[in-house]
This record gives sequence, structure tokens and C-alpha cells, in this order.
Amino acid sequence: MEGGFGSDFGGSGSGKLDPGLIMEQVKVQIAVANAQELLQRMTDKCFRKCIGKPGGSLDNSEQKCIAMCMDRYMDAWNTVSRAYNSRLQRERANM
Amino acid sequence: MADLAEADEADLQRLVAAEQQKAQFTAQVHHFMELCWDKCVEKPGNRLDSRTENCLSSCVDRFIDTTFAITSRFAQIVQKGGQ
Repeated sequence: MEGGFGSDFGGSGSGKLDPGLIMEQVKVQIAVANAQELLQRMTDKCFRKCIGKPGGSLDNSEQKCIAMCMDRYMDAWNTVSRAYNSRLQRERANM
Repeated sequence: MADLAEADEADLQRLVAAEQQKAQFTAQVHHFMELCWDKCVEKPGNRLDSRTENCLSSCVDRFIDTTFAITSRFAQIVQKGGQ
């Protein structure tokens, strides 16, 4: 039986399903969905920060801005992620 | 899932629940980014300076504090309103 990325659902010849292989595919699909989400939001934010009045093409400064914006967006993502994780741990410690 | 042994099915449920929790965390981070990027980042530079980093961290904490504040005050309002 073929899965979403042309892969097997972890079934062996006996027809038994392997949780390990199923989970591998679940994780891949989650990662792909997350990457899509990230790109969509990053594009939105960087378009707003970098493109003023839309011209006939993206000029050099706009392209540079986009590249920096992407890097900063991912830096910010990591900062926020760490802050959230810390807060969750603090709240759990107080429970 | 007739093809899974009972132990395997329990395993799978546990693993899926763990992934769901991770996914919830990630979704929440995306949400924070929606709000906090606009509040904290001006023009993207070569790196995030410490003022921006502090702003982003504070933003997360203040949003969570706001959530608590709203939840508790709303509970009070509802309690007073429901005679």
C-alpha cells in the first residue's frame, strides 16, 4: 500500500503495520506542514517590512532586505520558542 | 486498526499524543510570532539586538499574563452576572 510520499505504510509481507514506521511518516508530514506555515507567515511579514510601494520588480535593496528578514524571522522564532518553553516549565514547576 | 497488535496500538496512541503536544506548541509559537514580530522588530538587520530579543521574550510572557488576567476577570464577570 503506497503512502503520501510514495512510501510504504510500514507494512511487511504479513500485513502487520509497524508503529515506528508510521510515526516516521507522521513526523515528516507534520514537519512539512510546519515548514509551509512558517514560509507563509514569513513571506507575509517580510513583504510588509521590505516592500514599500510595489514597483516593476524587486530591486537590490528589497532583495537584500528579504534575505535579512528571513534570517531575522527565524532568529525571532527561536527566541520566542525558547521563551515559551521556559514559561511552560516555570508554570509546571508552580503547579 | 485490525492490523495492529494491541500493544502496538497503545504505543501508537502514546506516540501520536506526544506529536500532538509538540504540534500544539509549534502552533502557539506561530501565533506569538504573528503578534510579537510586529511589536518588537523594526527594520530587519544583520542580527537581532538584545533590545529586540528582550522584547520578544517579554512579549510571550505578557501575552500569557494577559490570557490569565482575561480568564480570571471574565470568570468574575460571569459569576456576578449569573444571579
